[in-house]
Amino acid sequence: MYPENFRYTKEHEWVAAVGDAGTIGITDHAQQELGDIVYVDLPKAGTHIEQGKSLGSVESVKAVSDVYSPVSGEVTEINQTLAEKPEILNSDPHGAAWLVKIKLSAPAELAGLMSAAEYEAYIGAEK
Amino acid sequence: MPADQPLRATPLHPVHCALRAKMVDFGGWDMPVQYSGIIDEHLAVRRSVGLFDVSHMGEIEIRGPQAAGLTDFVTTNSVHKLKQGQAHYSGLLYDHGGFVDDILVHKVADDHFFLCVNASNQGKDFEHIRAQNRFDAQVEFTSDRYSQLAIQGPKAQATLQKLTPVDLGSVKYYWFTDGEVCGTAARIAHTGYTGEDGFEIYVPPSEAVRLWNEVLRAGEEFGIKPCGLGARNTLRLEAKMALYGHEIDASISPLEADLGWIVKLDKGDFVGRAALLKQKESGLKRKLAGFEMRGRGIGRDGYEVFLDGAPAGWVTSGSPAPSLNKNIGLCYLPTEQAQIGKSIQIMIRNQPVDAVTVETPFYKRAR
Repeated sequence: MYPENFRYTKEHEWVAAVGDAGTIGITDHAQQELGDIVYVDLPKAGTHIEQGKSLGSVESVKAVSDVYSPVSGEVTEINQTLAEKPEILNSDPHGAAWLVKIKLSAPAELAGLMSAAEYEAYIGAEK
Repeated sequence: MPADQPLRATPLHPVHCALRAKMVDFGGWDMPVQYSGIIDEHLAVRRSVGLFDVSHMGEIEIRGPQAAGLTDFVTTNSVHKLKQGQAHYSGLLYDHGGFVDDILVHKVADDHFFLCVNASNQGKDFEHIRAQNRFDAQVEFTSDRYSQLAIQGPKAQATLQKLTPVDLGSVKYYWFTDGEVCGTAARIAHTGYTGEDGFEIYVPPSEAVRLWNEVLRAGEEFGIKPCGLGARNTLRLEAKMALYGHEIDASISPLEADLGWIVKLDKGDFVGRAALLKQKESGLKRKLAGFEMRGRGIGRDGYEVFLDGAPAGWVTSGSPAPSLNKNIGLCYLPTEQAQIGKSIQIMIRNQPVDAVTVETPFYKRAR
């Protein structure tokens, strides 16, 4: 369920990184909790984001939820598909519905995030 | 609600959990917000039929020779116009004209009125009515005697008809009858909070689980879905039905809330009448208006509304409208600016986003 090569946050974001090239998204658990996702707000490419700061927001029918960046860096690309089809966040949160690509400014931050096993234990305990 | 108070639960709570509903704290009640998904449930009600547990709603009964006198005095609508077996929407007001609650009044008999009130207001409503009781009437808090199920949608009647000998076709909209559902005594009301045709049934709590399952079985051929408070909210918003704590509260009068139709100023004295008369004479400062988003984003509850760059009001309810594929909402605006077709801006995370005021209700069912 939760890819081994991702790192996870307590706020239910994931980041997959190869060297300093990262991809960020929200977890399957997050989309389940949110329900039908109808709107996604993302920063412009070129924006510099600090770890733990708001990267944008995801809205379900019922509520708005902030997305916090799992790592610091510069946004290099945003997922344009989400503007037209936000609902893919419900069906493929770990794949096609990635949010942004980022150039990591501090790859060492990754070590402080949870592994897939740790994240699964974390959401198991949260229930 | 104090944090240390345990959440209350309806008799159907174990059923919701077994159906893996997402549960939320709704005014102190642990209630299902969604089962299969808000959009799915919403569309089931618009296209076919949905079943809601609304047992958290409160019931207050007024009895005695002057039951009508008291009920008429504490509510805004004209109780004397109700026939036996008829119900209407009404307001309970404070002297200053703001809402204590919005309620349904059912006339069971000349000397018996049955009030359905909001869950989180029930204690306050009961005290308010009792405090006004200078009549020969008994006011009784009877919430514990009823569970309430709402069967809503174009196939609601066909679903419920399988379970009751009552000829539902003869129960007109906003009328009710006492009969049986699956052999259990039930008050069957042709009412709802979805903008769709449907029924609300009041049954003994001990029978709630059995009746819930029977209704689901009866509606199976129509694709019935259990529906949560999330869909209830989007359905009522499309139909522009007020929600206490959003469109109305103690600081808002029915005239401001575009609910003048439930206020009968010429019926005789009632609590809040003088304040409403004064408001009518001096003119309303603000009025409820419907809007549609034009820019990207969803104007949500509590967001500020700007007119020509200056703050002018606030959003009371805002949401995607699943039946309309639009983002809609209701907001308060200065009366002189509340006309249809007005360009407004909603502040969404510190950014003004364009919207326009539109005609309401947003959704009207074909009859």
